[in-house]
Amino acid sequence: MENMVQTINGALRRLPTWPVYVIGLLVPFWFLWLGMTGGLGVEPIKELEHRLGELGLQLLIATLCVTPLRRFLGLNLLRFRRALGLIGFYYIALHLLVWLVLDVQILSQIWADILKRPYITIGMLAFLLLVPLALTSNNWSLRRLGAASWRRLHQLSYLAAVLGAVHFVMLVKGWQLEPLVYLGGVLALLVMRLRTTPRNWFVSARAPARRSG
Amino acid sequence: MAGRFKSDLKWSDVTPEAAFLDRRALLAGGAAMAAGLALPRGARAGALEPNTLEEITSYNNYYEFGTGKTDPKAYAGGLTTKPWSIEVGGMVEKPGNYDLADILKGKSIEERIYRLRCVEAWSMVVPWNGFELKDLLDQVGVQPGAKYVAFETLYRPEEMPGTRYPVVPWPYREGLRLDEAMHPLTILATGIYGKPMPNQNGAPIRLVVPWKYGFKSIKSIVKITLTDKQPPTSWNTIQAREYGFYSNVNPNVDHPRWSQATERRIGGGLFSPRIETQMFNGYGDEVAGLYAGMDLKKYY
Repeated sequence: MENMVQTINGALRRLPTWPVYVIGLLVPFWFLWLGMTGGLGVEPIKELEHRLGELGLQLLIATLCVTPLRRFLGLNLLRFRRALGLIGFYYIALHLLVWLVLDVQILSQIWADILKRPYITIGMLAFLLLVPLALTSNNWSLRRLGAASWRRLHQLSYLAAVLGAVHFVMLVKGWQLEPLVYLGGVLALLVMRLRTTPRNWFVSARAPARRSG
Repeated sequence: MAGRFKSDLKWSDVTPEAAFLDRRALLAGGAAMAAGLALPRGARAGALEPNTLEEITSYNNYYEFGTGKTDPKAYAGGLTTKPWSIEVGGMVEKPGNYDLADILKGKSIEERIYRLRCVEAWSMVVPWNGFELKDLLDQVGVQPGAKYVAFETLYRPEEMPGTRYPVVPWPYREGLRLDEAMHPLTILATGIYGKPMPNQNGAPIRLVVPWKYGFKSIKSIVKITLTDKQPPTSWNTIQAREYGFYSNVNPNVDHPRWSQATERRIGGGLFSPRIETQMFNGYGDEVAGLYAGMDLKKYY
């Protein structure tokens, strides 16, 4: 097991991160092509919206898996976390854009929906929480903020992931299994962090750097 | 008795099968993209063109086969619809287990081109084949005190993979007030485009109530019960605030989670515009009288 993890880590170290960005950036264009040629079914707008939203949530969850994988299995995916997070944000932003431009279309209805519909309010809030994280996902911001503050800021992703999953649970009709699995997954990933670093939530941002994330 | 209702959509409005097959061939060809962009269907002013059979049969809500829109098409193939019978009971003169053939005997099947408005704010135009529910109710004889009609969908877990998970309590139940059930617009449909009802659309026999949200039009009916009390209906049972017993299409009463003011007609592609939802789904002239004096914000 130990050996296998070492081998995988060794292989991962040699892998470049740029293909993640390239593939991630191209996927929505592939969806768009599918949508224009009948590949997304007879209601391509909702399908495109749902695929982007779900992929965004999946990538957000993937970024939350990086720390537990390293802590419990010794698997080091840290180099890929920024790419996963940024691509996830890109999908969520496009999900929002499809909702605004292709789905709702009507400006007055958009505002009414954001204010009146709790699942949309929650989704918007999750998106807004991700904006500063996306803007500071670069080495310059990391240096500028300092590692501790940067980590503290990026703990907003915990809340964003919970809100994103709740948004999914709330928008479906009835109690469907799939969104509940996502919510359960997010909560489990957060609980893992609580157990191993119980004081994480209470120590100040100026405390010495922790191995959290 | 046929011919009591005259549709504003004519049989000539239906896309001929050959034409929609041509359209599919075109799609397969790849010139499709340009053609599709040039003429987004929903955008044609005022046109009420029925959806293609392909569209009607590949975008369905039939949770017994899964909650995804394409799940019914993928998983309903194994549904056994022969033999089929409907248990008619409650306050009727002639209760019993009626074989489908006995139900269809003497009924004239006619074409009804109806708008179908889903509570999720999408819509289609469907050329149904069926007969008026009233004809069946007259056949079995409604007792004087009966006020409501309750319906149940087949619940057969071994053929319905979606029932493994309790999204709604199975079997699916729906109900109508007796005057709604007796209204000439209310039909039991047995086909689409002159073909037997596809499984994913509620084979072999389903209700169609065009002025109500689609979930009222219960599929694959196995039980009809006349009663003097308002029967429990599935969505109303689990989320009464969102799904009322009446559930008439009403652009002025929003679903708590989304607006009902507009809808998207299926088939318009990626740039399909929203269209305004009509009161009673455009059947107000025929049915508004059923609700005279009722506060439709209260009885949603």
